[in-house]
Amino acid sequence: MNKRILSFTLNGEPVEVEIEPHLTLLQVLRDKLELMGTKEGCGMGECGACTVLLDGKTVNSCIFPAMEVDRKSVTTIEGLTDAQGNLHPIQKAFVEYGAIQCGFCTPGMVLSAKAILDENPKPTEEEIRSGIAGNLCRCTGYLQIVQAIKAASGQQ
Amino acid sequence: MEEFINIGKRIPKLDAEEKVTGKAVYIHDLKVPGMLYGKILYSPHPHAKIKSIDTSKAEKLPGVKAVLTGYNIPPIKFGFYKDNVPLKANKVCSLRDEVAAVAATDLDIAEEALNLIKVDYEILPAIFDPEEAMKEGAPLIHEEHVGGKEKKPTNVLNLPWRLIAGDVEEARKNSAYVADDRFKVTWVTHCCMGTSGCVAQFDLKNNLTVYSITQIPSLEQRDFTDALAAMGLKGKKARVIKTMIGGGFGSKLDTYAFEYIAILLAYKAKKPVKIIFTREEEFFATSPRQPAIIDIAQGCTKEGILTFRDIKMTLDNGAYTSWGATTPSVMMMPISSLYKVPNVRYIAKCVYTNNTYCQAMRGYGNPQATFAIDSQMDILAEMAGIDPLDFRLRNANMPGDVTPQNFKINTCGLRECIDAVAQKLDWRQVRGRKDGRGVGMASLIHVGGGARVYKSDGCGTIIKMDDFGTVNVFTGATDMGQGSETVIAQIVAEELGVRVEDVVVTHSDTDICPWDVGAHASRTTFVAGNSARGAAKKVKEQLLEVAGKSLSESPENLDIRDRTIYSKKDPEKKSPLGKVLRAAHYTAGGSMVMAECFYDPNNENLDREFKGNLSLTYAYGTHGVEVEVDKETGQVKILRYVAAHDVGKAINPMLLEGQVYGGATQGIGYALTERLILQNGKVMNPNFLDYKMLTAKDVPNFETIVVETNDQFGPFGAKGIGEPGLVPTAPAIANAIYDAVGVRIKDLPITPEKVLAALKEKTNPK
Repeated sequence: MNKRILSFTLNGEPVEVEIEPHLTLLQVLRDKLELMGTKEGCGMGECGACTVLLDGKTVNSCIFPAMEVDRKSVTTIEGLTDAQGNLHPIQKAFVEYGAIQCGFCTPGMVLSAKAILDENPKPTEEEIRSGIAGNLCRCTGYLQIVQAIKAASGQQ
Repeated sequence: MEEFINIGKRIPKLDAEEKVTGKAVYIHDLKVPGMLYGKILYSPHPHAKIKSIDTSKAEKLPGVKAVLTGYNIPPIKFGFYKDNVPLKANKVCSLRDEVAAVAATDLDIAEEALNLIKVDYEILPAIFDPEEAMKEGAPLIHEEHVGGKEKKPTNVLNLPWRLIAGDVEEARKNSAYVADDRFKVTWVTHCCMGTSGCVAQFDLKNNLTVYSITQIPSLEQRDFTDALAAMGLKGKKARVIKTMIGGGFGSKLDTYAFEYIAILLAYKAKKPVKIIFTREEEFFATSPRQPAIIDIAQGCTKEGILTFRDIKMTLDNGAYTSWGATTPSVMMMPISSLYKVPNVRYIAKCVYTNNTYCQAMRGYGNPQATFAIDSQMDILAEMAGIDPLDFRLRNANMPGDVTPQNFKINTCGLRECIDAVAQKLDWRQVRGRKDGRGVGMASLIHVGGGARVYKSDGCGTIIKMDDFGTVNVFTGATDMGQGSETVIAQIVAEELGVRVEDVVVTHSDTDICPWDVGAHASRTTFVAGNSARGAAKKVKEQLLEVAGKSLSESPENLDIRDRTIYSKKDPEKKSPLGKVLRAAHYTAGGSMVMAECFYDPNNENLDREFKGNLSLTYAYGTHGVEVEVDKETGQVKILRYVAAHDVGKAINPMLLEGQVYGGATQGIGYALTERLILQNGKVMNPNFLDYKMLTAKDVPNFETIVVETNDQFGPFGAKGIGEPGLVPTAPAIANAIYDAVGVRIKDLPITPEKVLAALKEKTNPK
């Protein structure tokens, strides 16, 4: 198969990678770039575990064609901690509010939370719940996740 | 009141940072050098003879390293009944039956190879209804399976669940009111966000390592050791190493075909083999909660005192038998002991069908039984003209009770839970409006002090301390996200006078960690917690002994606080923990400070009559719900949700609340939206669009009430809380719907269609 060069910005750094053009963004992240923080929960764009940010907006990377991110900017969970490895305030709040149990949905959930807060720094509870409705969690019942996002927005 | 440093604190999970940064390694993330990818070919028919399998084309495909069928594997049998094999030969009995498997250098090749395998089937008549399957002349799932006195072939399993206490017939005659109903519950599934998988690897000497996500590492090790023996590798060692687990909820309480297939492929290919389920496989090829048909009668006196409970139950076992077939033994718990009921009869049958086979799921039978019992409590209360709140209070269990199943109830906060829920919901004011809004409640009993369902209910812990005061804890317990690692660290830190951050818990490897029966029955905080505390006490004794010498103080006058050993008589006499430890190591004739403790609670296996004190203590709770029912659409909206739990003692209130919220959310799904739809044995909704798990928008803001009864046997007074959160959810919601619009739905899930149909039936009876 003809390979193509995909160039994009990944977590603030330029990346060039040779890929088969049919690959999904998730496959490129996990299999080519070995960034294992982005999870595959369903592979059908239904559960949100694979959520990453593309130019600041959430996409389900498991069904997103990798070639579509060419010359765009992708943020994965690995890009949220700062250079010193300090947690992003949303990550901190997830830890402190018990928003994590098995943790499989967590990277996607955190990125959805980031997209909500980047667009709307003081969301209502309803806006938070709508904003993460595409991210399924089987463990927590969502309440502590909602509390964490509220706290990260300085509202708790 | 004792002042705790680590107990009762909202301490974040120790693995939370690893998880929130995406650094935690799940089975999906694990790569082993040289690893191959395994895929499984499933039967396209629910019941058929395999006439022939041709794998020759698949074997020739470049990149394929091993192809297996039921005809070229050793005789490994697994499951509670040993009626299952990794790959089926001769016959398939369900649509998840594994008929062939391949290992290849990548997944695409493995999938292509599956397409090249040709299987010829002769279709057999299939049966999907357990009541039909019990009838004479029904197609037999396993022809060799016989039962009854005449040892005749049958689909009814030889597991005669039968609990009798008192005289139900006599009690029925003497009851002022008797309710008779049939309830039905259907399949629901765990929906772990991380799908199933494993990596199997042999070393040069044919010792096996399996990277696994099991909830039962010690029992899995045993199963795999047995498998090695069946493979002609007797004496070879099996090691189970757990990766991070992407959700458990009971789904990983057994070993499964895919694990044996990975082992067999790895052995054949002489390379590590990884199998990861797709979400579709996770839906159709893992084992859901049992469906059941529940015929129940309960009676009471004029004054509303329960007189008897009589239950006949038929469970759809599916085509094979896992530990899940023992759920009727756990159903006996609410049946005999939820509320005081003197006369009890319970008879249950598990029946083979050509459906998917079932397994444990959070609550292990309790949610099914409690749905019937506590829905009918409301029916009976209405017959007797008593407020369901008062009816429950009148029949509530009390400390000191011995129940008809011989459970010894020591602490019991059920009354407090019922009262607290009623108060929060303003029950007396809001009940009985029948204006589309209504309130309902239901209660639960669950094992809270371990559960002796296996020969041992034990858990081992080893603790060693290093030169700097770090406490290394090696526990048999399994953390699958519920937070046992953190709770164990808190317990150890409290006992040793150190901080949680000084404690490192290792719980991942059968070569390193002691034995444990598994993460089931809400037993981990109680059993592993007691075990860890026992080991910590021994370590503390050693520390005080060593410190006594250097501080010239008798050990009984010493204690540890904030990483310092000090004299209770003379606070000036003190030494940092690290210094004491180094002194212990670096002295002539020195010693390592380390200890082990195996804690096996003094509870009882059920006897031949299924009686005995199964657990050292019991967890109680009550959930109360306010709902709004849309009479036009049948939609049920939850306005308020109050969950009160007798937890003994909250070791970590934040993690405890997480268990309750998560449990109740699964319970609401069970009550209202979730249903694995099987049609002729085929799962029709193997995806999250059609299987309606709740989203953040569907879930109410739960209010939790923690009732602390400080159980004498629990670690710092704690009882189990893993499962209770979902046990009473469905009946509480069903009762609230009845209060809102006067319709009683007796089969789950309570979909808008059912509510609407019942409302129509109510206004225009046929």
